[in-house]
Amino acid sequence: MSVTPEVQRIATLADLIGPARHVAVGAASPVPAGAAFLARARHGTRVTVLHDRRQNSFTDGSRELFDLAGQGRIDVFFLGGVQIDGTANINLVGTGTYPHLTKRFPGSFGSAYLYFVVPRVILYREEHSPRTLVERVDFVSAPGTSPPDVYRPGGPSHLLTGKALFAFDQERARFRLVAYAPSEDAARIRAATGFAFDVDRDATPWSVPDAATLALIEEQVAPPLRASYPAFAERVFATGA
Amino acid sequence: MLTTLEGIAQAIPDGALVGVPPDYSGVAMAATLALVRRSARDLRLFCLPQGNLHADMLTGAGCVAEIETAAVTLGEQGPAPCFNRAVEAGRIRVKDSTCPALHAALTATERGVPFLPVRGLLGSDILAHRPDYRSIDNPFAEGGDPLVLVPAVKLDVALFHAPAADAEGNVWIGRRRELATLAHAAERALVTVERVVEGSFFEREATAASALSSLYVEAIAEAPRGAAPLGLAEHYEPDVAALRAYARAARTEGGFRAWLAETIGEAVPA
Repeated sequence: MSVTPEVQRIATLADLIGPARHVAVGAASPVPAGAAFLARARHGTRVTVLHDRRQNSFTDGSRELFDLAGQGRIDVFFLGGVQIDGTANINLVGTGTYPHLTKRFPGSFGSAYLYFVVPRVILYREEHSPRTLVERVDFVSAPGTSPPDVYRPGGPSHLLTGKALFAFDQERARFRLVAYAPSEDAARIRAATGFAFDVDRDATPWSVPDAATLALIEEQVAPPLRASYPAFAERVFATGA
Repeated sequence: MLTTLEGIAQAIPDGALVGVPPDYSGVAMAATLALVRRSARDLRLFCLPQGNLHADMLTGAGCVAEIETAAVTLGEQGPAPCFNRAVEAGRIRVKDSTCPALHAALTATERGVPFLPVRGLLGSDILAHRPDYRSIDNPFAEGGDPLVLVPAVKLDVALFHAPAADAEGNVWIGRRRELATLAHAAERALVTVERVVEGSFFEREATAASALSSLYVEAIAEAPRGAAPLGLAEHYEPDVAALRAYARAARTEGGFRAWLAETIGEAVPA
């Protein structure tokens, strides 16, 4: 199996998930789903894929996800954003001055809730540019941090893009570059990022997945992805590869 | 109680607040097309919790004045082109929300209480633009602990599609419990089904547990493949080719009108 950007991202996100008990992934999230399946292969993590009835055991309709997240029964969730800013605010609604948007995007989905109650939310946005990673989002679908009196057991832990991996420091409300694509360096990342961030002194190019990881992806990640995200799997995992 | 698709479309007056389910649940697409055919106007859609082809098509056809939702998208097929155009042109009002708040609004009506509290939302621009949502401090805490109150929403109509109805007008919804929530919170539930069967789902506990009682249902129309081109669990998968064709056509106003004219078999006035 060749290390495509998608395979690299799946491996990086699975390392971030680690030995979690339960990971849920939403629609249109094949890369996070792949990472969750890899975590399942490694640690026996329970994986819920919301839009795939064979990969979820909810019997109380679409509210069950939010009810069980509110009870602390989901450890890791993934969110993205049209825009993500330096304090980890995310915007899934659109650009321009709300409600007179110049460009409308789908909407906030469950982000304004899940960002608060899921202990570790990993932000994933493949496009890394000053257009997507901005100083201040045009619309806050969900804030990156909250005042101390707000009930918030959860929040952002990391941000992964096609170029870089940042860790988020909740206390300082600031991202810290911890790894980057081998073709990049801190200066290039800075030029591609619209917000200010710190650089970890141990920041290094991210590691390429090892042979054992690639074997797990081929045997235990590609098959469920073919079922849940056929178009994505067809593009990324050539048949029999 | 048994009616036709046209009967269902006639039973939804212009201006009605209509609750609809998400794409994976049981969308009454055939009845939605009947609404377009009867040139419904000024509908207010309440998506529990997000809209797909149904919301986009109704918006493109000029049937919608307002949408309350957590999102509108065509899922794997990408953005919702008619919805996005209408928002950018200021042709519709959007009451942006988040999934659990939409559930809370209808659940409050189910329970007969004026509001329900929800976590999250604080510090978001969703809350900033929802004057109908309030935040209070938890009255059971020592102090602080703010949380958001969502007022109950009573729907005029719930409109959805399900696998079957029985001879008594009970509807089998399986584990798609948001359909029950929509029906419970609506003045009238209008339902299309794949087929009407003999007997009663309440004769057996296995079917009773996943049935919606006729007590909540005003009218039922038989509509085989009534959710297509969206899917219906265990009955048919989403028709990906048809959904892609829609997504492609609807990228332009003209393309959408041509798609709609072909789909409903008559020209649609701009």
